[in-house]
Amino acid sequence: MTTTPAVEAETATSEFVLEGRNLVKEFAGRSGLFSRKGSRVRAVDGVTVGLRQGRTLGLVGESGSGKSTVGRLLLRLLDVTDGEVLLNGDDITRERHGDLRRARRAMQMVFQDPYSSLNPTMRVGELVGEPIAYHRRPRGSALQDEINRTLTAVGLSPDHARRFPDELSGGQRQRVAIARALGPSPDVLVCDEAVSALDISIQSQILNLLLRLQEEFGLTILFVSHDLSVVRHVSHDVAVMYLGQVVEQGPADRVVDHPAHPYTAALLSAVPEAKPAAERGRQKILLRGDPPSPSAPPRGCPFASRCPAAFEPCADIRPEHTTVEGGGTVACHLQTKGPVLAGQPLPIGFLTTQTK
Amino acid sequence: MTTTATPGIEAPPIGRQPLLRVEDFSLDLAPSGEFVPVLSDINLSVRSGEVVGLVGESGSGKSTLALSLIGLVPKKISKLRSGRITLGDTEITAGSRRALQSVRGSKVGMIFQEPMTALDPAYRVGDQVAEAIRRHTGVSRAEARRQAIENFKLVEMSDAERRADAYPHELSGGLRQRVCIALAISCRPQLLIADEPTTALDVTTQAQILDLLRRLRDELGMAIILISHDLAVIAEFCDRVMVMYAGQIVEESPIDPFFIQPRHPYSSALLQSLPENQPPLQTLTVLPGSPPPLGLQVPGCRFAARCAHVQHGRCDVTPIDLTSRPPRAFRCVRANELSLPGAAR
Repeated sequence: MTTTPAVEAETATSEFVLEGRNLVKEFAGRSGLFSRKGSRVRAVDGVTVGLRQGRTLGLVGESGSGKSTVGRLLLRLLDVTDGEVLLNGDDITRERHGDLRRARRAMQMVFQDPYSSLNPTMRVGELVGEPIAYHRRPRGSALQDEINRTLTAVGLSPDHARRFPDELSGGQRQRVAIARALGPSPDVLVCDEAVSALDISIQSQILNLLLRLQEEFGLTILFVSHDLSVVRHVSHDVAVMYLGQVVEQGPADRVVDHPAHPYTAALLSAVPEAKPAAERGRQKILLRGDPPSPSAPPRGCPFASRCPAAFEPCADIRPEHTTVEGGGTVACHLQTKGPVLAGQPLPIGFLTTQTK
Repeated sequence: MTTTATPGIEAPPIGRQPLLRVEDFSLDLAPSGEFVPVLSDINLSVRSGEVVGLVGESGSGKSTLALSLIGLVPKKISKLRSGRITLGDTEITAGSRRALQSVRGSKVGMIFQEPMTALDPAYRVGDQVAEAIRRHTGVSRAEARRQAIENFKLVEMSDAERRADAYPHELSGGLRQRVCIALAISCRPQLLIADEPTTALDVTTQAQILDLLRRLRDELGMAIILISHDLAVIAEFCDRVMVMYAGQIVEESPIDPFFIQPRHPYSSALLQSLPENQPPLQTLTVLPGSPPPLGLQVPGCRFAARCAHVQHGRCDVTPIDLTSRPPRAFRCVRANELSLPGAAR
């Protein structure tokens, strides 16, 4: 692997375990009877995110926002169109074969659906043992010990090793999936909607498991989810995606309690609350319509077409990220052109009084 | 974009006579050969204009109950053990195929979780709605199309004339669900059954669809049964909630008292386990164990194995009856001794 001196100099001071810089991912558009030839869909459009040691970054967004693609780019499951992926300060963007295999040991993934992510013809012991054997090659009985230790770590017993996935409940299957990811002793765990398919009572059990594993093994976690109340619970930091871009990021409590981007505010206000009426947030911001198509993205701010606070520059000029009081950054013209807010979070009621 | 204060505009009066009655309804299903009890002693009544939530985890029987309400559980794999279901003056449980077909659509409409599978991919959405209208009212083609477009406008589809000519795959998830709602309400049913209608949708789309359903309830005065696993959606949308567990209703309550002070340990444990009701990054209070498999048979309380308040020899001996304390009801022998926490701070 070759690294430029500049990157090497930075290695020592890199604050991130895993980092994506200006990530871009384009997919070939559908080449059907009716679509133009060579049309490209920009699923991820200039995303910069970093995972800090032992912390969880929650990546939220709606379907089509590109959040899962970012997770896959960071893990090198997909090749970037542009940008860089850095693991512990090393550029792994273009690594192949053996080098990539070493990198992969350090970053593992847990998928949404434990019914389709586990091979039904393999026993739990084989499922958990496979990634351990591949990445760490333990000898003799060491593999069995590792399997037992991993199963215990995720709250299963060594007896489960002989079972098949269809003999397990949904919660137990997801524990097996987590055990598979944990086996190679990764630094980073990417959880893509890892609790979304589970029942409520099982969901909180798995969230507790993730919190415990993080503490025990110092895991760094990227938690990709559409569910804000879950993201809020497990994340130290949050990045909000819309149409392939991160529109806001920062410490979880600042982003959730004092959003600075109108989209974040709308997203948060749309989340229903399981509380008696008197304790629920009063105002809902109802967005009209759907996000624009990623194959014909808007020139300016991706949210401009639905934003209740949009003004003159929003449709044409793409906003830059600026820092927000309380931590993090936001890409919104209200913060720069004008400037209306200049680094302040959105005041309560700003969006609801602006319109109507 | 608009803002709405919850609760929305003034609701229509709730009728006095029950529109839908489920009495001592028990149903066995044979999903793989052998019959097992899936629903036991369901009692439920819904009045016109009322919004009732049915909440439960997987295997609780909530979707089977929903299908039973419109007679859509296949007779081949089901056996009615006891009870009956009546909608208006039609007995669903005794209805012939023809009678049920005329009830569906005209008296009761249904929307499902996945709008793509509920629509025919080979027909334009406008034609699908028009066909349903023609079938139930026998109006002309042109009139049916006019009414279909009117329904699209009612469900707030912008550009309704043009979108009527679209195929389902050309529409977004939110628009498809709007088509399904337009289809379900096209003959102005008195009851709309919505089975996880927003589960497959994004949260901002969910808010739009729930807002729409609320408005339609107010404008058309229909009753809604909302089936959901999501207690937050139930909290914001329903007047009354029924909690199901292992094929039984374990608690019934008006919405606010339920969230302030649930009476069944299962309800309380569910509310307590929600991440949104607990401080971030701390270990969550959890409900241990998993939902029981379909057709679970135990001598006493079906929740006893997971209950934090179980008293052996008392809870797990004989079947537990539903204790009725109108407007609430609960299936727990210890309910009066327990003060269970809810979702209120």
